[in-house]
Amino acid sequence: MADQDLSHAGASGPPGYAVADLTRLAASGGVPDAAVLARRARRWGWWYYIEYWLVNAKAWAVSIGLYMVVMPLVYLIALGLGLGLLVDRGVGTVGGSGGSGGVPYLTFVGPALLVATVVMSVGGELTYPVMAGFKWRRLYWAPRATPVSPQQIAVGHLGGVLIRFVLQSTVFWVMLLLFHAAPSGWSWLTVPVGVLTAAAFGAPLQAYAAHLTDEGYQFAFVQRFVIMPMFLFAGTFFPLSVMPVYLQWIGWISPVWHGTQLARQAAYGAVEPLWLTLVHLAVLLLFTSVGVALARRTYARRLGR
Amino acid sequence: MTSRATASTDGVVASGTQAVIRAVGLTKVYGRVRAVDGVSFEIAHGESFGLLGPNGAGKSTTMRIIGGTLQRTGGVMTVAGLDPAESGPEVRAHLGVVPQEDNLDEELSVRDNLIMYGRYFGLPYAYLRPKADELLEFAQLAEWAKAKVGDLSGGMKRRLTIARSLVNEPQVLLLDEPTTGLDPQARHVLWDRLFRLKEAGVTLVVTTHFMDEAEQLCDRLVVMDHGRIMAEGTPRELIRGYSTREVLEVRFGAEHNAVAAERLADVGSRLEVLPDRLLIYADDGDAALRQVAARGLSPITSLVRRSSLEDVFLRLTGRSLID
Repeated sequence: MADQDLSHAGASGPPGYAVADLTRLAASGGVPDAAVLARRARRWGWWYYIEYWLVNAKAWAVSIGLYMVVMPLVYLIALGLGLGLLVDRGVGTVGGSGGSGGVPYLTFVGPALLVATVVMSVGGELTYPVMAGFKWRRLYWAPRATPVSPQQIAVGHLGGVLIRFVLQSTVFWVMLLLFHAAPSGWSWLTVPVGVLTAAAFGAPLQAYAAHLTDEGYQFAFVQRFVIMPMFLFAGTFFPLSVMPVYLQWIGWISPVWHGTQLARQAAYGAVEPLWLTLVHLAVLLLFTSVGVALARRTYARRLGR
Repeated sequence: MTSRATASTDGVVASGTQAVIRAVGLTKVYGRVRAVDGVSFEIAHGESFGLLGPNGAGKSTTMRIIGGTLQRTGGVMTVAGLDPAESGPEVRAHLGVVPQEDNLDEELSVRDNLIMYGRYFGLPYAYLRPKADELLEFAQLAEWAKAKVGDLSGGMKRRLTIARSLVNEPQVLLLDEPTTGLDPQARHVLWDRLFRLKEAGVTLVVTTHFMDEAEQLCDRLVVMDHGRIMAEGTPRELIRGYSTREVLEVRFGAEHNAVAAERLADVGSRLEVLPDRLLIYADDGDAALRQVAARGLSPITSLVRRSSLEDVFLRLTGRSLID
């Protein structure tokens, strides 16, 4: 069919593309009905965005991969082995009551570092890149012109980022094993806990970033006054209970503390009442779902419904 | 399966007679600003339709309402018989969109930009991989397939954006200011590509504030200003209806133009005074120039040219297209 049209194709216009090919280019018949495509997009649009995010992440794979391996090493050596040596010499063990039932400091701090470092990485993934999507590079506007919806773009971006944290948490967990810092058989559960904590902090942060229309100088504020305090005061380096009561609320309201406590249970069987474990889970799920709902709404508003 | 079903079928037939896009009394209000104010038009299948007007005329807003990425305040809008406000994904599934500002992913390769965009339509990789290569050929970017978009020139990025908009073989292509910011040569290459697409049966909807682009690309167009349609027709009809065959442009120097204008008021059928020159509308520009000379006026420069859409716009709004 293409051949018969070729005869009167090459004569006009610059070289590079014959008219016969163009008819095929414009309508090869390989594209299904609009209703079919729309149905696919309604169901899978969020995943299409994740696919895009993953292809995009390939460009950074080496540096992210290196970071994922080096960061746990640095933290575990410095805090677990270095500081841990001092702590263990001083008080013996941590986390027990009255000096008994505790674990070595490395074991205590290891799963907490997994959670805390993941949350710190969230601070980079769901702030400036969100602003780039709406404004700086207008990347969200590309899928917006397709059957994919703004809500799916929001969920897809979060989803892509969480896939990164599955990897990052897994690498950290393997490091914990190598350092003999995760004695429990359930220690692999630190991986889903890390990802859930990333979602619990990431989704609201994404919603907040989506709502900003200026140049994003607020992100430095988030870094200094939200992420750093969580890192230092939410039970990562010492049990929340050793802090004065008037500072403990920082832990209670931060996803990091709830995630950390869960990770400790998984990694070495830290003992907590069942209700508190359920509270940890509930808080993380609540942060995540409220964050996702807000992000979806904000994306829809900014990209036009 | 009774009267109701019949009624709705009639509605589709009535609205679907060859019109791919139909707008009736379209409005979009932002607070107190009526960005689009009662706009009506119909675009036939295979037609190349233009929205000509200055920045802020409501062209891009109209385009976004067509694609369903912006909700209208009032009026009727159908694309292939569907309301984009209700069936956005269905409408966009067979729509190609070239936005005013490129939103390519500069970190991704040229080819991946096409493939990943195609995924948003739910198209499989088996279709997209060969399609991407064809599109790169079409956009004359085959050699750049593996390059990062950030390394392309402005004209190449624009061609890539157009190629990307074709990945789903759209029946309608929405082009918002397709050649703004490009040099003349790059513009001509793009116009050639778009013209070929139209020949292949793709309906083109183009917004532009360049009259030469409108004349090159559009079978038919509406002139928009302040969210309203001022006139509608083919470029020739509009020029014939709102201007004379020729225009005489004379310059007497900024200080003297106004004085000269008073003495030339009855030359030609109409006179426009612009800051830097006078435009004398006459069917015979040379004759008008002789009349100017006969009155003892000698302009610094003079030029006789054919009327263009720029003149139509000036006549309709009293302003230039590009302020």
